[in-house]
Amino acid sequence: MKITRRTALKGTAGAFALGLGGVHWDMRHAGAQAVKRGGHFNFAISAETPQYDPHGSDTYATLHFSAPFYSTLLRYNLAKFPEVEGDLAASWTVAPDLMSYTFKLHPNVKFHDGQTLTSADVKATYDRLRNPPQGVVSTRRATFSDIASIETPDASTVVFKMKAANSSMLDHFASPWNTVYSAKDLAENAAGPRSKINGTGPFTFVEHVKGSHVSGKRNENYFKKGLPYLETYRGIFTLQAAAMLNALQGGQVLAEFRGVSPAERDRMVAAMGDRLRVEESSWTLNLLVAFNVEKKPFDDVRVRKALLMAIDRWGGSRGLSRISTLRSVGGVVRPGSPLATPEAELAKLPGFSKDIKKAREEARKLLKDAGHENLKFTLWNRNLAMPYTPAGVFLVDQWRQIGVTVDHKQSDTGPYIAAMRSGNYEVAIDFSNLFNDDPTLAMTKFLSHSKNPLNMSRANDEEIDKLYELQLRERDVEKRKVHIRALEKRLFDQAYQQPLLWWHRIVLSHKTVMGWQMSPSHNLGAQLEGVWLNT
Amino acid sequence: MTIATPTAADTAIPKAPNPYLEFCRQQPLGAISFFIIVVMMFAGIFSPWVAPYDPLAIDFAGILAAPSWEHWCGTDAFGRDICSRLIYGSRTALVIGFTSSFVGSTVGAILGIASAYFGGKIDDWIQRFVDILLAFPLIVLALVVVAAVRKFVVGGVDVNLIIAIAVPIIPRVARVVRAAALSVRVMPYVDAARAAGYSHSRIIFRHMAPNVVAPYLIMLTAFIAQAILAEASLSFLGLGVTEPTAAWGLMLSGNAADFYREAPWMILFPGAMISLAVFAFNLFGDSLRDYLDPRFKV
Repeated sequence: MKITRRTALKGTAGAFALGLGGVHWDMRHAGAQAVKRGGHFNFAISAETPQYDPHGSDTYATLHFSAPFYSTLLRYNLAKFPEVEGDLAASWTVAPDLMSYTFKLHPNVKFHDGQTLTSADVKATYDRLRNPPQGVVSTRRATFSDIASIETPDASTVVFKMKAANSSMLDHFASPWNTVYSAKDLAENAAGPRSKINGTGPFTFVEHVKGSHVSGKRNENYFKKGLPYLETYRGIFTLQAAAMLNALQGGQVLAEFRGVSPAERDRMVAAMGDRLRVEESSWTLNLLVAFNVEKKPFDDVRVRKALLMAIDRWGGSRGLSRISTLRSVGGVVRPGSPLATPEAELAKLPGFSKDIKKAREEARKLLKDAGHENLKFTLWNRNLAMPYTPAGVFLVDQWRQIGVTVDHKQSDTGPYIAAMRSGNYEVAIDFSNLFNDDPTLAMTKFLSHSKNPLNMSRANDEEIDKLYELQLRERDVEKRKVHIRALEKRLFDQAYQQPLLWWHRIVLSHKTVMGWQMSPSHNLGAQLEGVWLNT
Repeated sequence: MTIATPTAADTAIPKAPNPYLEFCRQQPLGAISFFIIVVMMFAGIFSPWVAPYDPLAIDFAGILAAPSWEHWCGTDAFGRDICSRLIYGSRTALVIGFTSSFVGSTVGAILGIASAYFGGKIDDWIQRFVDILLAFPLIVLALVVVAAVRKFVVGGVDVNLIIAIAVPIIPRVARVVRAAALSVRVMPYVDAARAAGYSHSRIIFRHMAPNVVAPYLIMLTAFIAQAILAEASLSFLGLGVTEPTAAWGLMLSGNAADFYREAPWMILFPGAMISLAVFAFNLFGDSLRDYLDPRFKV
């Protein structure tokens, strides 16, 4: 190897760094580098929210837009994910029997319009979440059904009294979607947050230019002293991946916080070299194969099971992870997280066999027994290139191998969601967009359709509902695992729906962007309060 | 001085040359184009026997393989054989190209002849409508139609995609055919038919239509190329056929956009096929026009 002056300098610097640290250490996480205040930050948002209220949304587009303007009661400590920490809550206590939660709020918290935040605002917010008035949408209403009452003994104390112990309650209080609004604003217009922003977050709203951007400026009265670091920011809507990548390469935007595909990462690394930071993590997102049990022949468990058994997830994972954001094989809980089903156990469940030849033989036999050897159906999918199209192509190929003919129908998100919710489909690729590894959140999707209309299989299964309740009330982790495994087995034996593959998150940013924390969810870390620019 | 007596051979009527051989002699480029079209049609019709692999078969072990003896045109991001997808893609291109061009040209020809025959207000209304449609470029009008109508698949073919491509062809053919029909309308035999009391439809279909067949055929072949290009463009934009259907335009979009740097064969071969098909149909259409139109023989 030819040693040039540059390689020699690099080597010396590397040796010095190793000598100092012993390990590779990202300085921005260590907080060792002096923070630089001020500056303007442009980042990309790859979708534009139709409204501003996170309570009624389930798309990251709303959070990446609204999160910098708001606070939540608790939030996740991303450096120690999934540990929770206080946001508006300075401290909190949980009753030993999990029947009450008491929060002490930070003093002197001001809304952007000058109102002082009190416990009444938290109560009004959570009342809206669990019991939305007419015309207000609360997407995660079911997660608060265990709250019996909310008490406000003084202006800085909120007490949640529970009807039943709920092992997931702290996660719900830390949900990024549960942004706190002013009680006065809600009293004036309960639907106001859909179109007007007044929060207590690190940035104040400046403007939203439709089709272009949202911008914010530093909240001088933010209750966390010294934060935020940035003076102003602009979230630029870049709906086309190619446009976003070009903007990133050209420096018009310095980051995109949702995620890109491996091919896009490789292209940007080749183009930008060491100016680019690449952060990767498994993702709390998965694609699901859902069968509409109200449509024939998918009311027959043998047909559903055969179709799931024909899918070679392990082989697909190896191939699809090279060309898409799909990667990990897992059950209903994110693989690798504490309550996830281990690989050895998973491989015993229908649809996860590692002996695909044998599984497909069995699948063919099941179809023959059901009288559907030459099955034909339409697979509904979203018209999104990544990763929906690769997933659709993969499934068509897998089912073709047991003699099934599939018409792959891709449509825009609007008609797709309309078809799914109205039950006007046979088989569909659905998604599960989570923000943590809490099994309750993940398994809500599989509750009976009568209890949760977002269960796209439209199946009603009392056993699954019972197991869901058991795991929710169980405080012993090992016993809870048993209930989770039982629910997973029941779900896959009945083959209503099943995760296809879990996503892999790759976030690209310029190395000048400091203080942002990577996490397994693109719904987290959107507040931007700790972000600063090293320019 | 002797007077030569003509022999039987001298007085025989010269044998008419074979029109196909004459076409090949006069229009060699047209003949080559025709050969290419025939090869494409053969590949499309007999693709299950011609293609070396199943065009839908995924092979993750062979992702992005370069062209080789095993895979003549390489493989794509799913490890699918590009050559097989091109062969099956010719079926998609030709079915949609032929059908939409035929539907558009035929409807356009009927409108053009009717417009010329009836004249007056009917002519005015049809021509103003044609003017409005002509104001939009072909691909823009096709985009509008395809976005407005829902996908409706019959026998694996999206009927609405065919309609979307056929609609922009209608005014273009109508305008040309009307011009030809106007000169036919004033012919004595049309007046005679009218005087004999024949119905409008009889006069249009029996007496006028056969006389505008030449421009109709020329437009039909020329628009097959446009239709193939439109189908490829719509598929490229995600509005045409959907994955995993083998279609040339679709092969240029999606994963090809991500991987064309490391696997340029993913875009080279489909691009070449689209160009070849469009060139072949355009050249064949031009050659047909030159061969059939007597004005070009002067």
